[in-house]
Amino acid sequence: MDLINAPWPWYISGLAIALIMLLLQLSGKKFGMSSNLRTLCTLCGADKKVDFFNFDWKSQRWNLVVVAGAIIGGALASQIMTSELAVPISSNTIEKLKTLGFESAGEAYLPTELFSTESLSNPKTILVLFFGGLLVGFGARYAGGCTSGHAISGLSNFQLPSLLAVIGFFIGGLMMVHLFYPLIF
Amino acid sequence: MRTLLFLIIGILFGITMFKSEAASWFRIYEMFQFEAFHMYGIIGTALVVGVINTQLIKRFNIKSFFGAKIQFIPKEKSITRYILGGIIFGLGWGLAGACPGPMFTLLGAGFWPIAIVIFGALVGTFLYGWAKDRLPH
Repeated sequence: MDLINAPWPWYISGLAIALIMLLLQLSGKKFGMSSNLRTLCTLCGADKKVDFFNFDWKSQRWNLVVVAGAIIGGALASQIMTSELAVPISSNTIEKLKTLGFESAGEAYLPTELFSTESLSNPKTILVLFFGGLLVGFGARYAGGCTSGHAISGLSNFQLPSLLAVIGFFIGGLMMVHLFYPLIF
Repeated sequence: MRTLLFLIIGILFGITMFKSEAASWFRIYEMFQFEAFHMYGIIGTALVVGVINTQLIKRFNIKSFFGAKIQFIPKEKSITRYILGGIIFGLGWGLAGACPGPMFTLLGAGFWPIAIVIFGALVGTFLYGWAKDRLPH
């Protein structure tokens, strides 16, 4: 198996995520990425306007270091560890995406219709990316965590709130893809 | 020393998100179409091993690298905030195709438009902080 150039199979990927969570647990920390968004807001001065951002952000410095690592890891993986960027999604999915206008389905890592510099000349692309991010940020804090905090670490500790949040993630995701995509794209 | 440890964990995380394709918008769309096992396999494997690790740490009272007790703080009991917040998060996850970890991985990978998603996520986080006391939890 070629772990350097080929995409990782699901079981290697899942094991790697479990290892990352274990390393954080053994460092006395909690695996949760969306908390960084709150810390970044505080660093931008949000604590002067809203009390929610007035917290001991220095206790979260370690997590910002993890984010810096995630950026470096993305650069390493994409530049020197990947020979083939196209994501081999199922042929049914490719067909559905093509009818929605995503011609890059099956041929790219991210849809060029949303994530290429040229695509930004369409104001709709900017709105889609901005509102997608906005919902993620708002929802993650409202639910008290995201995929890492709830779906991975919360569920690993049998937390009922995390199960409710994950059910919510799927209700929202299914609504978006099945009900709203035909209206948006 | 500790900073280096967290940096290495972060790099491993970034590589994993990219190589697993969990950072791919296409994989998220495919997951919500139930047309591949890939994402379910990733989350399922992480969860099974994660449950075992977490239970072992609790059962055997395993200490952290730095000798401290490992704390598991239970999540605050509620239904509304998790379901409503979860649905809002899911809508965004389905649209932007990236959750808060992979967003940063994609920035490192040079997909510059993801910066708009990150900016949106910061605005969303700020709006939550601002509206927090008026929202049902």
